[in-house]
Amino acid sequence: MTDLYDAIQAERAKYPEGSRSATLHALRLAQEEHGWLSPDALREVADALDVTPAYCKAVATFYDMYHLAPVGTHLVEVCTNLSCALAGAQRVVDAFQSELGIPPGETTGDGGVTFRTVECLGGCGYATVVSVDHRYRQFVGPDDVPAIVEELRAGS
Amino acid sequence: MPVREVLLKGTDDRDLTKLAEYQAIGGYAGVPKARAMTPDGLIAELQAANLRGRGGAGFPMGRKASLIDRSSPKPKYLVVNADESEPGAFKDRQVMALAPHRLIEGCLIAAHAIECRDVYIFIRGEYLTEYEILQAAVDEARAANLFGEAEITVHRGAGAYICGEETALLDALEGKRGQPRPRPPFPPVQGLYDAPTQINNVCTIATVPTIMEIGAAEFAKIGVESSPGTAIFSISGNIARPGNYELELGTPMRELIYDLAGGVAGGRELKAVIPGGSSVPALSPDEIDVPLDYDSLGKIGTFFGAASLIIVDDRCCMVQLALRSSKFYMHESCGKCTPCREGTRWMVQLLEKIEAGDGELSDLDLLDSVGSRMLGRALCALADFAVYPVASYMKKWRSEFVAHVELGRCPYGGESSLEGIVSPLDAHRHHPGLEVIA
Repeated sequence: MTDLYDAIQAERAKYPEGSRSATLHALRLAQEEHGWLSPDALREVADALDVTPAYCKAVATFYDMYHLAPVGTHLVEVCTNLSCALAGAQRVVDAFQSELGIPPGETTGDGGVTFRTVECLGGCGYATVVSVDHRYRQFVGPDDVPAIVEELRAGS
Repeated sequence: MPVREVLLKGTDDRDLTKLAEYQAIGGYAGVPKARAMTPDGLIAELQAANLRGRGGAGFPMGRKASLIDRSSPKPKYLVVNADESEPGAFKDRQVMALAPHRLIEGCLIAAHAIECRDVYIFIRGEYLTEYEILQAAVDEARAANLFGEAEITVHRGAGAYICGEETALLDALEGKRGQPRPRPPFPPVQGLYDAPTQINNVCTIATVPTIMEIGAAEFAKIGVESSPGTAIFSISGNIARPGNYELELGTPMRELIYDLAGGVAGGRELKAVIPGGSSVPALSPDEIDVPLDYDSLGKIGTFFGAASLIIVDDRCCMVQLALRSSKFYMHESCGKCTPCREGTRWMVQLLEKIEAGDGELSDLDLLDSVGSRMLGRALCALADFAVYPVASYMKKWRSEFVAHVELGRCPYGGESSLEGIVSPLDAHRHHPGLEVIA
């Protein structure tokens, strides 16, 4: 059996027998391995959980953090909810759009960076909040954006 | 009002993410103390403390524990709601990052009260750093044999505002799409895995160790009689010193905004305060002389909510504010109930039309009407949360909505602080190749 299968069984063991509580963890583990939740990845999760691939897809489509289409090596998410928006988040969005050459919701041509806007990340007092590969950067202004993009390009 | 710390006590001086440091200030002393009491005695103590739920509803935590059917042959569960997703709120995150053992100690005490073995902490998926800190603290406490018969599992969400709603959270914890359940049955009777379940917010549970330490009678003296204790107030938006401020309940709102947080950023004029996170009715500047507690805010037609104040200055177009808020709730509506799923979409479409200058006065009436048909008509409060703020903007700043119609354009002429703000909803719509989620 694969490492992913074993990792999913370890998650299942934390919950009462017969429950599907490990589903969210299993999808996350599969996404970490495959980069996105491809049909093959969903089948692997389904097999490990003894559920159908359709069940896995039904769950995956509900949550924002699962990718049902390929994404870039890096993920940049800019919060544009009220507090960040009032503090100037759109200027940060514009700066990423200009540095990366793509609008929010797209991936750079080289597959390096997926850039999107997101709803509140829970960092409202430290606006603008940008999540880079799931780590928060706080108090980001438009002037900070070129260095973040440079860092991602150098690291990929 | 003096600044008294309960939730964040000791975090300035010590690294309370470490077990030894937390124990050095008396941490975990409440667990043997609680376990020496009978569950009934402990619940009576919690009821005497009158700790009201910090998640937003303000339901007394001890009374909730008393509703758990402990005679049920099924296991009893304690679930901590750490899905903090209310726009404007970032307090639970700070408690977990700075004082995770206080939350864990609270879990162990509350678990004893309801005779529960398995505790689940549901933390939103985006809080990766906080998850790592909390998981490390759980592992350290377990290794130090502090758990006894109890077990704590940290369960990560995957990105959905609705999972902060307690029954949606239970479905997500059961590995399903996070959609609210019909009530009754309520969770204390039939919750997680259909068993009796107590659900409380992070700040509620993290306050419990202090009740054990000083006793319910002393605790009830903090804050105001109807709402004892402290709350961490998150303040953000156009404010000079944004951040978290732990204060006794009943502290005047003006004191928080002007004395502690430095007033409106850049010395600009205050236009509105959204006092409990983005889902509550906003206050105009002449309404901010109010104590920050559940009942006082309720009396002036708004809510304590998530103790999160969003400050809005005079550069903001209220139609744009309503539109951005509505786009969030449309994006996060789970789609289960028709009034919410369709109503949030109608709200966005009408507000887009008004903001574009294409609206008619009848559209304002229609928007009022759509809201009135959503309120109280869904399984959970998300529909209400979409309507409350927008209805308040339309009532208190109606002249701005009317001006959009009469001028045939936004009176701010592109100069509003929210001009052009792109939301996830817009990005999905403009890029149909991407999967539309939620």
